[in-house]
Amino acid sequence: MALKPVSPTDEFVKGLWRDNPVFIQVLGMCPALAVSNTAINALAMGAATTFVLVMAGLSVSLLRKFIPKEARIVSYICIIATFVTCVDYIIMALSIELHRALGAFIALIVVNCLILGRSEAFASKNKPGRAMLDGLGMGVGFTFALLFIGIIREVLGSGTLFGVSMFPDGFQTWTIMVLPSGGFLAMAGWLLIVNWLRQKEDNAARRAAEAES
Amino acid sequence: MTQAPVEQKKTTAWQMYRAIVGIGAFCAILIVGVYMATAPQIKINQERFLASAVSEVLPAAVLTQAVALDNDGQLVVVEENADLPAFLGYDAEGKLVGAVMTSEAMGYQDIVRVLYAYTFENQAITGMKVLETKETPGLGDKVEKEPHFLANFDALDARPAADGSGLANEIVTVKQGEKTEPWQLDGITGATITSVAIGHILNISAQVWVPVLEREARAIPAPQPPAPQEPTEEE
Amino acid sequence: MKDVSYWSIFLNSSLINNFVLAYFLGICPFFGVSSKIGTAWKMGAAASFVMLVASVCAFVINIILDIIGAPYLRIISYILVISSTVQLVEMLLKKLSPPTYQALGIFLPLITTNCAIFGLALFQTNKGYSFSQAFVYALGAGAGFALALVLMAGVREKLDLANVPQLVQGTAAALVVAGVLSMAFMGFAGLG
Repeated sequence: MALKPVSPTDEFVKGLWRDNPVFIQVLGMCPALAVSNTAINALAMGAATTFVLVMAGLSVSLLRKFIPKEARIVSYICIIATFVTCVDYIIMALSIELHRALGAFIALIVVNCLILGRSEAFASKNKPGRAMLDGLGMGVGFTFALLFIGIIREVLGSGTLFGVSMFPDGFQTWTIMVLPSGGFLAMAGWLLIVNWLRQKEDNAARRAAEAES
Repeated sequence: MTQAPVEQKKTTAWQMYRAIVGIGAFCAILIVGVYMATAPQIKINQERFLASAVSEVLPAAVLTQAVALDNDGQLVVVEENADLPAFLGYDAEGKLVGAVMTSEAMGYQDIVRVLYAYTFENQAITGMKVLETKETPGLGDKVEKEPHFLANFDALDARPAADGSGLANEIVTVKQGEKTEPWQLDGITGATITSVAIGHILNISAQVWVPVLEREARAIPAPQPPAPQEPTEEE
Repeated sequence: MKDVSYWSIFLNSSLINNFVLAYFLGICPFFGVSSKIGTAWKMGAAASFVMLVASVCAFVINIILDIIGAPYLRIISYILVISSTVQLVEMLLKKLSPPTYQALGIFLPLITTNCAIFGLALFQTNKGYSFSQAFVYALGAGAGFALALVLMAGVREKLDLANVPQLVQGTAAALVVAGVLSMAFMGFAGLG
């Protein structure tokens, strides 16, 4: 199967839109919905996940010839769990308030299907540099997705953005948006927009292909 | 990377062993390393958080020392904070001004945890801070912001009973506007359950702590103030 | 250790703070396996069983970790134990009920990365429950998870027959349903 060589930039960029973990691959939804009630939480969660993605990707790629086929998944889980533990303590050292806000969801990064998925699908088959780029791209795409959801939920649900009040005092906040319900609805909204955009892309590509033939 | 197809050899026991031990060692070193590197900073953060919360509810306290109730219900000084941290607060001269306790119980959505201060001079609860809550934002979390509710804690009567078995009067939350006694909490209409819960949370803790504090806190020696520091630029 | 009644713990984890609809745990299987009621409740049952076992294991591990003073090993030990438990359940199911095994497909091994199980282990540790309290908590969590799955499956089966615009079909519609279900479950708050 001949694959055309993928440039490093493309490795990074694919995670941002084409293979966006949350909106296209629909992976890692648990934290996307749970931690996105404010924009700053979304950002922090995205950053933590990106860190684990990059470091785990690097480690798995470095060790890929060393890990026997039968013990793949267990090894990946160990490596991912290690980095999640590290990021947990790093966040605690950086800011207790942030750690409390994110709660158990930092530890839950370890069961984020996204990281295991990338380790298995990509990092175990590619060089360390590529694996890191892939991890970075997926992580940044994940962070963007979380930010989109988080911004909508914070602006509508609390009337603030990153803690800064956006509306005059009379604004009646849509409290439902910062509640679990709002998470589902915000995600549904974005998914609709993404689907619509993809449909337009597909239609345009189809029309272009028909015009050529 | 094109290669001629390589036959798949079965993994030998040695390869398996080497991998498991290798990965295990790699993970262990990393985890322990980061843990030890961050531990000091984490301790500082936790202490700072608690210290700022304590000074918020008991501003008069300049010095504090951590205390707890031992198995016999006696007040003892402790080195490490208990699950529900408690402190005695002293002013700059080492005089006991009050005590700060932590308490928690079920609110509307989930457990609510508060820090509150008891002042010996007026035998009342004079400060309350919500530490952890998952109440509905905009509704249950009014207990943290609503001015008339916070005014309850200017001097919430918490006198011990004459026989030392609890409080003279149970702390209880009443409907908004119906507060008649100093040991009642004026509730919040839109956040009834949470405001009632706060009353309950304070009551269950104060019933246990206040009599013990009144009996034994004064007997505990004040902590040494920290050594005088070099004069700062502002002095 | 805590002064909470068992009934209150059960209500809490099954309804008031339903793991899927309030805590956002177990979303992948929630959307993946909830298209048919039959599969949904089997998945719920399998997950509940794994939750119970995981709860017991987590409790024991925690005691050991406290004794040796290594809290930093918590994440890695929990997840390894959960994976092994899932392997076990998988093997058992394959032997005892092959059709169920087939029906659950990829989602059975995915229970390992099911945030709900891991989340359960973490939450019960954070709340400091005693053994029996943790067991009841796990029972409630499993029951709530299964309930959410079955409810979702019921609605989706009906939706499949309805005239839904193409853009909204699939996950987007499921998300909106989940949003409404979550709102409904909010009504349980205050029961405890």
